[in-house]
Amino acid sequence: MAVHQIHVNHRLKKRRRAESVFRFILIASVILVSLILSVILVSILWKSLPALKLSMILETPGTGYYLGKKGGILNAIVGSLEIAFGATLIALLIALPIVIYLNTYLKRRSFLAEVIRLSLDVLWGIPSIVYGVFGFLLMLILHLRASLLAGMVTIALVELPILSRALDETIRLVPAELKEASYALGASRWQTATRVVLRQALPGLITSVLIALGRGLGDGASVLFTAGYTDRITTSLLQPVATLPLAIFFQLNSPFPEVQQRAFASANILTLLILFISLLTRFFGRRLSKHKIR
Amino acid sequence: MKQEKGRQLAAGLFAFFPIFLIISIFLLLLLKAFPLLSLKSLPGVLFSSAWQPQKGQFGLWPFILGTLWVTITAFILAAPLSILTAIYISDYASGRLKKWLAPVLDLLAGLPSVIYGMWGILLIVPLVGKYLAPLFGTYTSGYCVLTAGIVLAVMILPTIVNVSAEVLSAVPADLKEAALALGATRLEVVRHVVLKKSLPGVAAACVLGLSRAFGETLAVMMVVGNVPVAPTSLFSPAYPLPALLANNYGEMLSIPGYEAALNLAAIILLLMVIIFSLGARLYLTKLGQRSV
Repeated sequence: MAVHQIHVNHRLKKRRRAESVFRFILIASVILVSLILSVILVSILWKSLPALKLSMILETPGTGYYLGKKGGILNAIVGSLEIAFGATLIALLIALPIVIYLNTYLKRRSFLAEVIRLSLDVLWGIPSIVYGVFGFLLMLILHLRASLLAGMVTIALVELPILSRALDETIRLVPAELKEASYALGASRWQTATRVVLRQALPGLITSVLIALGRGLGDGASVLFTAGYTDRITTSLLQPVATLPLAIFFQLNSPFPEVQQRAFASANILTLLILFISLLTRFFGRRLSKHKIR
Repeated sequence: MKQEKGRQLAAGLFAFFPIFLIISIFLLLLLKAFPLLSLKSLPGVLFSSAWQPQKGQFGLWPFILGTLWVTITAFILAAPLSILTAIYISDYASGRLKKWLAPVLDLLAGLPSVIYGMWGILLIVPLVGKYLAPLFGTYTSGYCVLTAGIVLAVMILPTIVNVSAEVLSAVPADLKEAALALGATRLEVVRHVVLKKSLPGVAAACVLGLSRAFGETLAVMMVVGNVPVAPTSLFSPAYPLPALLANNYGEMLSIPGYEAALNLAAIILLLMVIIFSLGARLYLTKLGQRSV
């Protein structure tokens, strides 16, 4: 074997080794990431088993609940659903016109469209605690107390940029030919937007709404000063409302182990809700891509 | 025709709502922070370490430093791991594995802050307090900068992975194939073609993750110790700005200047986040990546 060939073989070996080392590092990091998720889920499930009873989701806190006595967190489950659905509805009512305006009345690269999209990005970056502070200051101005209404409005502000950007992305996927066909038939822009574009984008719309709903359910920092907390089920917009993230947070701070275990059980309920929404989102996402015209 | 004009006008009014909202958040916070600035100078508040609301001293420096320590720790932990994962997803993984990883990342991204905080208390606090700190010859309760950094790192992982995987996947296949045809190994393709082309985008993805980390509240405040002293090491407790707001807002009304100080803290947090996230967004937009 010629000397230079040995040299080449040696270099080739080195490159192959580098390749396999790199591949090993990559696979290790992927495994680490998946491991982290499973550890989070398993550790919370395992810790919560002793407190995971049906009464947790069927009862409101009884007397002495926070000392470890009977009861459940039905108040927080119902409260979280009320606040998240209400907030998502408000956010949707604001986001839809924004997105329709962006996609049907403005040219894609127009200055105004860029500015509006950028401002949505800025809003997207604002931490939910700052929305909480803003909501609290608004409450002071309007002489409102911590209530379902105030919490709903604050969460709606948190959800608005997420929902608008997601809607914007899906509506953009609607083929231009479809719009043109509608215009050619004499439909106005508004008719085209509401009866053709939105209908075509419906699966994506549902996905976006679900993403926003998930964020609304899980956000604790923004309702910390705006929604208050109560042991009863909230029946009016002006009453304070309990939420799952705060229920978890408060119970976890308790010195009683029974109450702490209930925090874990509550976390389990919240995780299951989020998991359910995440699966629903996947389901609709897949249906969307099935009908997508490539 | 008239109806159409009316609808356009109405939708147009809504379209200005985001801009209006940003301006009103800023103005309201500024207005409410102003009373403090008439009592003290701005640098006097920003760079003073004395936090004693009862005595009228509102030094925000420990909180600013606490935010920076926790966020940067999280960033250093999360960035390499997420970039490697993103490279695997974009250039190595089979279609089936991608299908498996996507929902995992989605779920990680969707889990509420409190859940991460609880996980931190359950696992990371004892891990750091009992095992890691003695290893470095120091003592900590476990509620410290490092713990918060680890929890936060896990929280921003999905954001960085998703955005950078997207940037990496946008590198044209022809370029990669050309390099492979020349006999390059995959590692060499990644190093000399993919990363060379998309490094700025990946950096922007990391900054986006960083800006998420600044504002995280509940998870961090559950594990960081909340001691209003500037941290001196990874094992000392800290008190980041969001935790300051979450713990004290709403119950500070009787002390003069307190409310204004907290509003100022909110403005500082807002500015930190907006500068980072806006920079990253603008850059990604310029690269033609508009998502997440």
